Amino acid sequence: MIKARITVTLKNGVLDPQGKAIEGALGALGFEGVGHVRQGKVFDVELEGSDPAKAEADLKAMCDKLLANTVIENYSIALGS
Amino acid sequence: MKSAVVLLPGLNRDRDMIAALTKVSGSPPVTVWQTDTEIPDVDLIVIPGGFSYGDYLRCGAIAARMPVMRAVAEKARQGVMVMGVCNGFQILLEAGLLPGALMRNTSLKFVCREVKLEVANANTPFTRAYRPGQVIRCPVAHHDGNYFADAETLARIEGQGQVVFRYAEGTNPNGSINDIAGIIDARGNVLGLMPHPENLIEAAHGGVDGRGMFESALGIAA
Repeated sequence: MIKARITVTLKNGVLDPQGKAIEGALGALGFEGVGHVRQGKVFDVELEGSDPAKAEADLKAMCDKLLANTVIENYSIALGS
Repeated sequence: MKSAVVLLPGLNRDRDMIAALTKVSGSPPVTVWQTDTEIPDVDLIVIPGGFSYGDYLRCGAIAARMPVMRAVAEKARQGVMVMGVCNGFQILLEAGLLPGALMRNTSLKFVCREVKLEVANANTPFTRAYRPGQVIRCPVAHHDGNYFADAETLARIEGQGQVVFRYAEGTNPNGSINDIAGIIDARGNVLGLMPHPENLIEAAHGGVDGRGMFESALGIAA
């Protein structure tokens, strides 16, 4: 079993209204010195098998086909144990 | 002209769309379900609005990967007219049949109101019934209608007349770049728009401004 964490974030230059709202809320709570806040998504995926290279290739295909919209989002894949 | 309406779980504007197509064309559209792999021989395929798959992951993302959408893509390749309204527009973008993406409204609010639309391109199979630059009324109801495309894509679609509708007179309800409300593909047979023309097609709706889109697509208008 391979566990992986996929992180999907908005590309630079793509407006993130939700991140902006969170930024404002942090300021309203009194947190000072908060710069830009960007909201993203995390997927924890379990895969059968033990071949990390195959897992990485499969996960990349999953990101390209479904988990990320590459028009507006970037993704990164981290394999765990 | 024959039409088809795509049905997916979570869509809720399908009945309005079926009613509009029936009233404008005089005959009801056929319906196709998400698992259908073939679509009957029709001239126009419509994907209505709603919240397919509860908007999980991203609006339209799951629906765009269902078998029926491969059939829609094949019909689009053959030149059949395809029209996506609201969630249908989001699905067409997620399916890669139109360029760009729709993001959360800049206000972060669901907007349900009437807007003004400028017909930015009246030379399409969906807008022949309108005059170039004509401003029409149309209802919108969405949370994720904020159109975005990278600079290169935006320059391309603007340059090729692929922006078909723009929010006019300061009524942009969602922060869409260049006030974009609806776009067409480069070939000119796939249209996506956020506003709901199916809800303004008869006097009982308070106006008929949306009717021209169906009359154009169904070949009723010259």
